[in-house]
Amino acid sequence: MEEKYSDIEQAILSEYKYGFVTDIEADEAPKGLDENTIRFISAKKNEPEWMLQYRLKAYHQWLKMEEPSWANVKYDPIDYQDIIYYSAPKQKKKLNSLDEIDPELRRTFEKLGISLDEQKRLSGVAVDAVIDSVSIATTFKAQLAEQGIIFCSMSEAIQEHPDLIKKYLGSVVPVTDNYFAALNAAVFSDGSFVYIPKGVRCPMELSTYFRINAENTGQFERTLIVADEHSYVSYLEGCTAPMRDENQLHAAVVELVAHDHAEIKYSTVQNWYPGDKDGKGGIYNFVTKRGICQGSHSKISWTQVETGSSITWKYPSVILKGDYSVGEFYSVAVTNNHQQADTGTKMQHIGKHTRSRIVSKGISAGFSNNSYRGLVHMSKNAANARNYSQCDSLLIGDKCGAHTFPYIEAKNNTSVVEHEATTSKVGEDQIFYCNQRGIDTETAVALIINGFAKEVMNQLPMEFAIEAQKLLAISLEGSVG
Amino acid sequence: MLRIENLQAGIEEKQILKGINLDIKPGEVHAIMGPNGSGKSTLASVLAGRQDYEVTGGSVTFEGKDLLELSPEERAGEGVFLSFQYPVEIPGLSTTNFIKTAVNEVRKYRGQEQLDAVSFLKLMKEKMVLMEMDQAMLSRSLNEGFSGGEKKRNEIFQMAMLQPKLAILDETDSGLDIDAIRIVANGVNKLRNENNAVLVITHYQRLLDYLVPDFVHVLYKGRIVKSGTKELALELEKKGYDFIKNEIGVEEDV
Repeated sequence: MEEKYSDIEQAILSEYKYGFVTDIEADEAPKGLDENTIRFISAKKNEPEWMLQYRLKAYHQWLKMEEPSWANVKYDPIDYQDIIYYSAPKQKKKLNSLDEIDPELRRTFEKLGISLDEQKRLSGVAVDAVIDSVSIATTFKAQLAEQGIIFCSMSEAIQEHPDLIKKYLGSVVPVTDNYFAALNAAVFSDGSFVYIPKGVRCPMELSTYFRINAENTGQFERTLIVADEHSYVSYLEGCTAPMRDENQLHAAVVELVAHDHAEIKYSTVQNWYPGDKDGKGGIYNFVTKRGICQGSHSKISWTQVETGSSITWKYPSVILKGDYSVGEFYSVAVTNNHQQADTGTKMQHIGKHTRSRIVSKGISAGFSNNSYRGLVHMSKNAANARNYSQCDSLLIGDKCGAHTFPYIEAKNNTSVVEHEATTSKVGEDQIFYCNQRGIDTETAVALIINGFAKEVMNQLPMEFAIEAQKLLAISLEGSVG
Repeated sequence: MLRIENLQAGIEEKQILKGINLDIKPGEVHAIMGPNGSGKSTLASVLAGRQDYEVTGGSVTFEGKDLLELSPEERAGEGVFLSFQYPVEIPGLSTTNFIKTAVNEVRKYRGQEQLDAVSFLKLMKEKMVLMEMDQAMLSRSLNEGFSGGEKKRNEIFQMAMLQPKLAILDETDSGLDIDAIRIVANGVNKLRNENNAVLVITHYQRLLDYLVPDFVHVLYKGRIVKSGTKELALELEKKGYDFIKNEIGVEEDV
C-alpha cells in the first residue's frame, strides 16, 4: 500500500496545477481575526455569497461565546489575534536528499516501515515524477465517479455541489455548537467532502491520500460525509507518520450524516507533534466530530488512535435519531511525557431500539494526563435503547494520571446502560517475563500495550492497523526505564 | 556448562544467598530442594537476571561467559530459560504471538534468520504434537484465565519452542495435581538430550519421581548444605527437612 500512496502523492505533486487552488497567489491574510479576515478568505476562495454569510454568522456567534474551560487540561491562554487565518498553500522547503532530514525523524520513519518514497514525500524531499502515478490517481477517481460517488475538497464541493453543501453543512455541528466549532465555521480553510449515493457500497477505503489537493488542509479543517440510503463508506483520516506542523492550534470539524440503512465507518490515526520531552511546543488539537444516524437502521462507527498533539480535546459523538440505529466509539488514546488528552464520546439516544457501544482505552506514561469523558443520554422516546461502555486505563510509571468522567442521563425506564471501567499498570513482572523469553523491554511494552488496545485496533482497516500498532510502541518509547 | 562459585545475593540489604557453589554439565538434571525461605527461588531469579536482586559476591559462568554481566534478554539468547513459578498474564496478547516474538528475538540474538509465519507454524505444530498441547490454549491471551496446570504446561511448551541449553524449573510442580505433574515432567523428559541441562527447584520429591535427577542438592539458609544422588530426595521426603537441620546443627540467623 505504501508504494501506492507515494505514487499517488507524486501525482499530487506533479499535478498540483489541478483545480482552482492554482489561481491563488502565495499570500497570506494579515494576523488576527475580524470581519475583513473572513471576507478575505471567502474572496480568495471565490466563494458564493451564501457561504460568506455562513462564515460571517459563525464569526459573530463566536464573538459572543467563551472558550470552554471544563476539560481536564491546562494551557496558557490562546491569543486569537496572533494567528494567521489564511495562507496560500506553501511549498515546503525542498531538501535534496534524505540525508538532510532530522535523524530522529528518519529513525521513526524506519520503525514505522515507511517506504523511502513516502519518507521523501513526508519530509519534503524532491521526488522524481513517476509516469505511472498519474494514471493510478485518475483510475481511482474514475472508479468512484462511475458509481456516482463524490469525493473532493470542501472548496471544490462549495463550487460544484452547492445544493448538497447548503443542505448538510452545519446540519450536525451547527455554528452555535461550541466555541471551536464556531471558529472553524468562520475561518475553515479546506477539508473533504464525500457523498455516497443511494444503494452504493464504496468500493475502497476513502482516504485523503486519494484526493487531489489533499495537502495543506490547514489548521481549520472541515469534513462532511453524507451516506444516502442503503449505502456504505469507510473513511480514513490521518497518517501514521509524524506530521510536523508549525500551526499550534488545530480546530477541525467533522460531520457525518447516515440515512436509512446507511453505514459510515470513520477511522482516525492522529500523530501530530506532541511537543518535546519537557512539554514545550506541540499541537493543540480541539476537534468537534459528530455524526447523525438520521435514518432507521443506520450505523456510525468512530475508531480513533490518538497518539500525537500536546493537548487533545475531542469527543466524536453520535446522535441516534433513527429507530434501530447503532453508534460505536472505539478509542485508543496514548499520552506520554507532558501530553494531555481529554477525549471520549457522546451517544445521544433519541430513536427507539437504538444501540451504542463505547470502548475506550487510555494509556498514560511519563508526566501525562489522560481523561475519558463520555455522555450517554437516553431521551424520553428512546424506548428499549441500550448502551454498553467500557473504559480501561493503563498506566506506565507512577507520575502519570488516568481519569474517567462518565455521565449517564436516562429519561425513560426501558433503556439499559452498562458501564465498566478498569485501571491497570504495566508491571515489572510482565516486563521481566518477556525479557526472560529474549524480548527486550521496548518490544515487551509494545506487546503489552497492543494487547491492551487490541479490541480497538481490530476495528481499524488492515493496512492502517499494522502501522498504528508500531505507532503505539514508538509513542511510548523511553517510558519504561 | 554452568558454574556457580561462591554466589552471594540479596534483596534490599537482606542477604539471601550466602555462597552457592554448583557445577552443571550438559546432559545432567540437578534438583535443588529445601524448605521455604531457604533461597531456592532467589537463586532462580538471580540466574535469570531479575533486577530486584543484587549480587554481592561470587561468579556465574555459563558456557564460558560471565552470566551476571548479561541482561535478562541476553541470557535468554544464550540459552537460559526460566519456567516461572507464577507465570504472568498479558491480556490481549495471544500466546502464539508472544511465543513467535520470543522465538524470533532469540534467533535474532543468535544471528539466525527470522522465522516467517509458515515456518513458525510448522515448528509450533511439531512441538504441539510432542507436548500434547491444545491449539485452543495457544490462541488465548497469554496465561489469562489459565488454570495452574495450563500455565505450567504453557511454560514447558515455551521451553520446547525456545530449545534452551539450560532450563531452570522454579517450583513447576507447585499447585499441580498428580496428573498435571506427570504431564509436565514427561514434557521436560522429551526435551532432554546430551547437550542440554535442567535445574529443577522443588519442595517435594514427587516431581522427581517422573523427572529423575542425577544430583540433588539441599539448600538451607542460603547455602547448599548437602549434595547427593536421587536417593537424597527420597530420604528428605521420608525424614523431612529437620533431619538436615539436625545434621548440620542449627545456625543462627545473620
